[in-house]
Amino acid sequence: MKKHLRRTMLFCPANKPKHLFTSMIYEPDCIIFDLEDAVPFNEKGAARDLLVEALKVVDYGKVEIFARINALYTDFGADDVRALVPAGLRRLRLPMCESASDVKELDALLTEVENEHKIEAGSVKIQCAIETPKGVVNSLEIALASKRVTSISFGAEDFTRTLGTDRTKAGSELFLARSTVALNANIAEVDAIDTVYADVEDEEGFIKEVESAKNLGFAGKSCIHPSQVELVHKIYTPNQKDIEASIKIIEAAKNADIGKGGVIVVDGKMIDIPVIAKAERILELAVGAGIQIGGAGNYEFK
Amino acid sequence: MVTGLHTSGLRGKIGRAQATENILGKPVVFRTHGGRARAIEAGEVKIDIAFIGASACDPMGNMNGVDGKSAFGSMGYPMVDAMYADKVVVITDHICPFPLSKIAIPMQYVDYIVEVESIGDTALIATGATRVTKNPTDLLIAKRAAEVLIASGYIKEGYSFQAGSGGASLAVCKYLKAYMSENNIVGSFAAGGVTGYLVELLEQGYFKALLDTQTFDVAAVDSIRDNINHIEMSVSMYANPHNKACSAHQLDVMILSATEIDKQFNINSLTGSTGVIMGALGGAPDTAAGAKLTVVVAPTMRKRIPIVVEEVTNIVTPGDTVDVLVTERGISVNPKRQDIQVMLDQAGIKTISIDDHLELVEKLTGKPEQIQYTDEIVGVIEYRDGTVMDLIYKTQTHQARRSFD
Repeated sequence: MKKHLRRTMLFCPANKPKHLFTSMIYEPDCIIFDLEDAVPFNEKGAARDLLVEALKVVDYGKVEIFARINALYTDFGADDVRALVPAGLRRLRLPMCESASDVKELDALLTEVENEHKIEAGSVKIQCAIETPKGVVNSLEIALASKRVTSISFGAEDFTRTLGTDRTKAGSELFLARSTVALNANIAEVDAIDTVYADVEDEEGFIKEVESAKNLGFAGKSCIHPSQVELVHKIYTPNQKDIEASIKIIEAAKNADIGKGGVIVVDGKMIDIPVIAKAERILELAVGAGIQIGGAGNYEFK
Repeated sequence: MVTGLHTSGLRGKIGRAQATENILGKPVVFRTHGGRARAIEAGEVKIDIAFIGASACDPMGNMNGVDGKSAFGSMGYPMVDAMYADKVVVITDHICPFPLSKIAIPMQYVDYIVEVESIGDTALIATGATRVTKNPTDLLIAKRAAEVLIASGYIKEGYSFQAGSGGASLAVCKYLKAYMSENNIVGSFAAGGVTGYLVELLEQGYFKALLDTQTFDVAAVDSIRDNINHIEMSVSMYANPHNKACSAHQLDVMILSATEIDKQFNINSLTGSTGVIMGALGGAPDTAAGAKLTVVVAPTMRKRIPIVVEEVTNIVTPGDTVDVLVTERGISVNPKRQDIQVMLDQAGIKTISIDDHLELVEKLTGKPEQIQYTDEIVGVIEYRDGTVMDLIYKTQTHQARRSFD
């Protein structure tokens, strides 16, 4: 099965009707309709109603749709889940995850809602938002807390606030936290999604941060403006040279049948399973970026 | 007392009152920029007196729009009026010694000069240079339109270009600029309402000349005064279809916006979906007819109102002269331009049929209710050659009330 690319997660406040039917035109990999921080207290119910109706009628095409629900300890969190899941939503972002028990609580609620509405058990997936030092330290247990967890995301704004520091352009205050989240996501075999970059005008700073996210091992970046989507996709799109090398590696590996171990040589370089996995990842990103591979345009992944 | 109107467009209260109440008691005649010049020159419209504002004038009546405290740029529109009116009255706030150094309209046409304290509020001319939009939807449309232009093969050495000034239109230049720079392409001319952004392209060597009938901002006013390659042109030279030549017919590429576009690619830029008159013909029918490639850039809806529709409220620019529609949701090629369709297919640019485009929109907006009209004609839309393109009827009373709400 083809793995879903999550290079971009475009945040859209769910209380603004326009976003509900226009955000997909920017072709992000994922959209996160926000019911939490971006929505004023007195519009929480209205935003939820709007999103429920949008989910029923708007065709989002290939875009993976998430909702950032309110935390379960608020008055809104459980109601968000009970309204959105029956309306068809299958991806939830849980804010302020600090421990496995936060995830388990949502997991239990989802199981109940799935049962109640005869929805396939376990089909609703969770993205856990890591936004505090405690969450960062516990990010591995959070990522492993439920089979529903498909990704964990890092939120720098709340993190620096909790830590009592400020976010800088250099970002050294985030280095340990971002690395930890990316590492733990990798261990738990889920995607890591990097924090938002708030200064929409600062394209250069944004690009630098996306490049560092990619290097740290993040699968994608949270975006707060459509203009950021294309920039991320560009950075996450492999160049032609890497694509060609990867095709060669995959072809050679197929012919040599080294799926269970062993080493082959391609162009004088030693190729083993990790290198093959990397080549697969490159082709996956290339296909995700719309690049035609081998003329077929639809490369099959395991 | 005003008893009749011949114009390019009507907006605001007058447009609404004419459409819903027929306040003039007879139809307004709407003409394109080129059609207006043609009608005047052909004697179909007789101007008894032309009142012409000039930012500088000498005592004999030589005038321009580029000197003086109220400089506004090109005098493209009144150039024709001055030549054909029985009497010409210049209104100015800046009298210079004879002879004025740069002359837009010469003295032989002028009967009277009236000096006033101020001919207008220059603060209302856009200050500085018009910036390219930051609206992400407009930028997305512009980027796709630029891709269409490039794939269609028209963006090559010596090509000519015109775009409307609003929204996505101007932003198309932004994306073309990068391509031109990478491929060392220099265009022959850009035309139309001229903005500071086009001036930048001229100064940076992307185009060899600008042809200007109407100047849109202060940066462009400075340029038309100082840059010999920024050329003032009359509206007749711009678009009169019965001239021996006009610049609209020299265009390779035209970018248009639209209030509505329908399945036949007809464009409406004059009346709103409630039947109210709220826009203008401008130079759209002229340039669409003249350009080798006419691309419409528009969002599929504004607020809740669909822009892509089954049938336009009124036809302003006939679909036969429109080649491609680019919206935020897709690209549709007029089936009459199979050559363009093939080029886009070859370039791997995804297109959808105009019918599918409409379906996408109606899924979100629903099918609009039809306007109810009376049989009273309140406007005549003339095509550029003087033939009648469409008629505007008075809306029924309940409709009128709704449009006032």
